[in-house]
Amino acid sequence: MSSTFLGMPAAPPRSPYGTGNLRGERKFPKAAHDELRNEQLRRNLRKATHSIRAKRLAVTSELPDWEPLRDAGAAIKAATMDRLPELLEQLERKVTEQGGTVHWARDGVEANEIVTRLVKETGSDEVIKVKSMATQETGLNEHLENQGVTAYETDLAELIVQLAHDKPSHILVPAIHRNRDEIRDIFRSAIPGVDPELDSVPAHLAAAARAYLREKFMTVPVAVSGANFGIAETGTLSVVESEGNGRMCLTMPKTLITVMGIEKVLPRYQDLEVFLQLLPRSSTGERMNPYTSMWTGVTPGDGPQEFHLVLLDNGRTAALADRIGRQALHCIRCSACLNVCPVYERAGGHAYGSTYPGPIGAVLTPQLAGMDAAKNDPNSSLPYASSLCGACFDACPVKIDIPSLLVELRHQHTEQARATAEKLAMKAAATVMSRPGLFTAAQKAAGTGGRVVAGRDRKISRLPAPFDGWTDTRDLPAPPRRTFRSWLASAEGAAALRAAAEEGARPGADTVRHDHEEGNR
Amino acid sequence: MRIGLFATCLGDTLFPDAVRATAILIARLGHEVVFPPGQTCCGQMHVNTGYQREPVPLVRKFAEQFGDPSIDAVVLPSGSCAGSVRHQHPLVAERYGDAALRDGVETVRAKTYELSELLVDVLGVTDVGAYFPHRVTYHPTCHSLRMLRVGDKPLRLLRAVDSIDLVELPEADACCGFGGTFAVKNADTSGAMLQDKVRNVLSTGADACTAGDSSCLMHIGGGLSRIRSGTRTLHLAQILASTRTSPHAFPKTEAATR
Repeated sequence: MSSTFLGMPAAPPRSPYGTGNLRGERKFPKAAHDELRNEQLRRNLRKATHSIRAKRLAVTSELPDWEPLRDAGAAIKAATMDRLPELLEQLERKVTEQGGTVHWARDGVEANEIVTRLVKETGSDEVIKVKSMATQETGLNEHLENQGVTAYETDLAELIVQLAHDKPSHILVPAIHRNRDEIRDIFRSAIPGVDPELDSVPAHLAAAARAYLREKFMTVPVAVSGANFGIAETGTLSVVESEGNGRMCLTMPKTLITVMGIEKVLPRYQDLEVFLQLLPRSSTGERMNPYTSMWTGVTPGDGPQEFHLVLLDNGRTAALADRIGRQALHCIRCSACLNVCPVYERAGGHAYGSTYPGPIGAVLTPQLAGMDAAKNDPNSSLPYASSLCGACFDACPVKIDIPSLLVELRHQHTEQARATAEKLAMKAAATVMSRPGLFTAAQKAAGTGGRVVAGRDRKISRLPAPFDGWTDTRDLPAPPRRTFRSWLASAEGAAALRAAAEEGARPGADTVRHDHEEGNR
Repeated sequence: MRIGLFATCLGDTLFPDAVRATAILIARLGHEVVFPPGQTCCGQMHVNTGYQREPVPLVRKFAEQFGDPSIDAVVLPSGSCAGSVRHQHPLVAERYGDAALRDGVETVRAKTYELSELLVDVLGVTDVGAYFPHRVTYHPTCHSLRMLRVGDKPLRLLRAVDSIDLVELPEADACCGFGGTFAVKNADTSGAMLQDKVRNVLSTGADACTAGDSSCLMHIGGGLSRIRSGTRTLHLAQILASTRTSPHAFPKTEAATR
């Protein structure tokens, strides 16, 4: 009998290190430390996140079937991931049948090269762009610029970010960190021929952007878009947006190139019924978004006459291979988790260093790009950028259990790390705590030590590193002289419990009333 | 009922008054308090910090100490530790435990309750005969609210307290910024969250901020203490244990008694 050793399948690759925008330069705590000092950012974030929160709650609580809709969204996504390869091939077949061309990009570098080649084939050295997370992730604009092609962002907020040579800080509201005076200054210095007297009235700012963009819509022959959904059953692509600038890009140019993350595929056209309810209500807090564009291949005489679909992996298959982590691929980029996150609300999007900030970014980014690709990889700090408060899980329209994913990624990180001081301390703590004798000895030592450090006012106001961050803004109480267990074992403890039992049993005195009387107060 | 009391490592060592109040409350309600002496820590800090192998002995210990079938229910005066037993112990047992541990965890988690759950769901009481003539505001800790889903049970218990002046905490469901090692690893962001919580607590004019978790109260209390606000923190159990016969006495600091 002969046997052939087929070997273990190689782990799917992450997004290549040093490419695209899936990694910041600093770890989260350091970046957040600086961002927290940006008062403008803090004020804008607080105002924006709180107002979107209220809107979202209003339009989600009015639907009697909101919870079943979330369940349906989660179920469709889980079923999609279970047969992703087959659905993608179906999508490719359908798009091709309808006159489109499908390209497969294993990472951002390949996607950028494909798009650049397709743009150059049109003879144009300009492209107009629909707001797209995927091309932000791959750093397409920077790549195009290096290749002599100018990309124009047409989403108003993306335009502001682009003109300021800045990076977006929110999935939905990329310029959330700017105020209107800053935007006026950016427009004055970066829009050619703009009125030098332009003021910061929002309508005037929008008009200036509109005049600038209209000219691009009318003259640039090729557009690049992302996609919110791609339907395997029909080959239909869809983009949802608010401004209509996306609609212009999707309909006016001769050539349309769409870059879509492979996880955006949906099995059936009917699935849109679920997601077109979940997405706008979770995202902008609107019942419906103003513009929903859908296109299927090429329609002769109407719209772009050449259509290319670039399917982007860039670490998604690696995430899919993780039994627990793959849930992050269910994300529909609504940004509800950002808007409810207390950490995002304070630190802002730039602190995460990735195209994907906030709670979903903290679980998606390390999976797409890895978190130990380099020494002191900044991405390794992202799973810890959460107090695990769980607000994101409650807000997620497809019920991604982000707190559990964060805990899982923390575990993966500690498993990969060698013997760190923290690991040794955790091991030591577990050893002490699994032996009650050692535990009570440690309690005694900590109690005596703590009381000495605390002094007369029984407060500890300064701790050594790595705990000094705590005492920067908080005191710690000194351990009391007696632990609970020593009190309980004492005559005083026994007497107190006896007295309590007698008090409860005494007729007439403070008797316990049961549930039926509740509400009398 | 025979009710097993898990003091939690933090409660036993740093906040014994809250655990004492829990024990006294249960005794007053006519139940027997059982304290298995081999108990220590649930391992939540380990799991939340990314360590799942190290807490296996702690998970095993908890299951052993409280698995005793003569213990009808287990109570923890901590929403996050109860959440750890319910949601993290099965995870640890599944991944790094054996079949015996998985069975043990399953048995014990089914009878484990946070304090307000035990009182309202198991013992069927909302008015525990407490008396607390002070202004109080309640912070619903994240793990009680979103992991255990205790809902308004703590508030129902508080509303039934004689003479209490219960005032609503603005933005109550926002995290105080504790998050275990988060408060150390991301101390700046945690501190920024705490400032907002402290501001909201102070806006109520409450004498005390209460919650069902000593760890969150340690955080909020640490912030209140640092600015010498004069507002205290008090575990829910301490309010419910206070009666006309033996009312709660706010401890005096040494500075005040000097």
